[in-house]
Amino acid sequence: MTTAARKLGAERGPALAHGEFDVQRIRADFPILQKKIRGKPLVYLDNAATSQKPRAVIDALVRYYEESNSNVHRGVHYLSERATEEFEGARRTAQRFLNAASPHEIIFVRGTTEGINLVAHSYGRSHIGAGDEVLITGMEHHSNIVPWQMLCKEKGATLRAAPINDDGELIFEEFAKLLGPKTRLVGITHISNALGTVNPVRKIIELAHSRNVPVLVDGAQAVPHQSVDVQALDCDFYVFSGHKVFGPTGIGVLYGKSALLEAMPPYQGGGDMIRSVTFEKTVYNHLPYKFEAGTPDISGAIGLAAALDYITGIGLDKIAAYEHDVLEYATRAVSAIPGVRLIGTAREKAGVLSFLIGDVHPHDIGTILDQQGIAIRTGHHCSQPVMERFNIPATARASLALYNTKEEIDALVRGIGKVREVFA
Amino acid sequence: MSDLRDLYQDVILEHCKAPRNYREIPAADHKAEGFNPLCGDRFTVYLALDGDVIRDISFQGTGCAISKASASMMTQMLKGKTREEAEKLFGRFHDLVTGHAPASEEVELGKLAVFSGVSEFPVRVKCATLAWHTLQAALEGKQEAISTE
Repeated sequence: MTTAARKLGAERGPALAHGEFDVQRIRADFPILQKKIRGKPLVYLDNAATSQKPRAVIDALVRYYEESNSNVHRGVHYLSERATEEFEGARRTAQRFLNAASPHEIIFVRGTTEGINLVAHSYGRSHIGAGDEVLITGMEHHSNIVPWQMLCKEKGATLRAAPINDDGELIFEEFAKLLGPKTRLVGITHISNALGTVNPVRKIIELAHSRNVPVLVDGAQAVPHQSVDVQALDCDFYVFSGHKVFGPTGIGVLYGKSALLEAMPPYQGGGDMIRSVTFEKTVYNHLPYKFEAGTPDISGAIGLAAALDYITGIGLDKIAAYEHDVLEYATRAVSAIPGVRLIGTAREKAGVLSFLIGDVHPHDIGTILDQQGIAIRTGHHCSQPVMERFNIPATARASLALYNTKEEIDALVRGIGKVREVFA
Repeated sequence: MSDLRDLYQDVILEHCKAPRNYREIPAADHKAEGFNPLCGDRFTVYLALDGDVIRDISFQGTGCAISKASASMMTQMLKGKTREEAEKLFGRFHDLVTGHAPASEEVELGKLAVFSGVSEFPVRVKCATLAWHTLQAALEGKQEAISTE
């Protein structure tokens, strides 16, 4: 934070603070939020697609390349030791962030998509066979559908999807019915990217475990909004992307329980994942390196750790409470506009407001809002089955982060007014 | 906000609300489906030819205001035109929406000129040209749905 910004935050202090949550001070940490778009202040409401980066993350990347850049796990020289230390420090930060039992349960991957593919390839191919079933839900992102579909096709297994109701909530009874003797794995999103629904993952995991079925949780949309404790959840795998939680693109985390990861074959072969190689035989490295072939995204991991430290410093519970308040405000304000229909009205929601305005196509909504400096996402949000469930081709989606304000929601409401004016 | 009005001209909004030739041609001798995966736009274009002349043309489907109005006005413009004239008009229209100088001045855009504002919105070019690409696919007798991606 610049001195000026810090001073500004301190001066505004209690007047703008939300309890102890001073959103203006947080905004000052994000350089891009000071930008104007088309001559208007940026109103960034596309956080479910990717989040903006605080100065702390940008600085961590620059500092790494200016002061520590080297390859990890190999060199005997100073920089290599330092880079290795920082990279492994990032792993411990991710471990603490998820409350994993051990740092070797944290595998660095490119993002949620790669994490799920890793589990599908490694765990899936060795545990799922002909006639078996993988159970997901009707609100999954394509990244938690397609890897399982590919696996099932290869193995002669069946992919089942538990249905959702008109509010966009998982129908738990239907899920329980589909969780049968053939189910070998459950894949479920923690929070839906298209609808904002928060799934009862603890309850789902308990039920699945009572039938000896392991559970993978897609946490891409959860970690920016609430604290996650993988031991309390007792999930078997948990996956998230760095860039959605204020870190860089190209880095993400797969958490897996030690016992499962130990028993799984490697995902990719190459350097770093081996202990010894001859042309006859390779002995694989121990965890987590067995799953990290090749030079990893070192700066990405360090940047991600800076992001996790940043939000942990603010407090995930405070972030969750603040965002809940803004989402409630947005829900009330947007649903009060004539002709607006909300898609996704679950009782437990976080971060996402998907909507339609009369019969105006979301793409037109997106263009008109963009002219006012308001960034939202329009389309199917990589969740075509969700769109099909609601019999719509697309939605307009405003998605929140800790730096969004009620004033920005007011700007969104005015923007929607403009859409209605154009299409009157 | 003048840019916005350049894009959403009244004629475009009017065609979006009341698209022309929005129907199936049961005896169509050419038809094709076009799909824009980015926004989920999906149109079917139907054609009935008389030799080389487009005797009847229609469309159905869902899409944004730009893609729907473009499809509607395309059907209006092309009725009675030859295949070659249709191709030329598409070329001219494509130049218009992508902001390129027209390759040839001989083709009259007529009321399609209302789409000139699209060139200021590069991500919307696919919307404006979806119906035309679908028309091309129909004329070429392509069986698979075409995609703008």
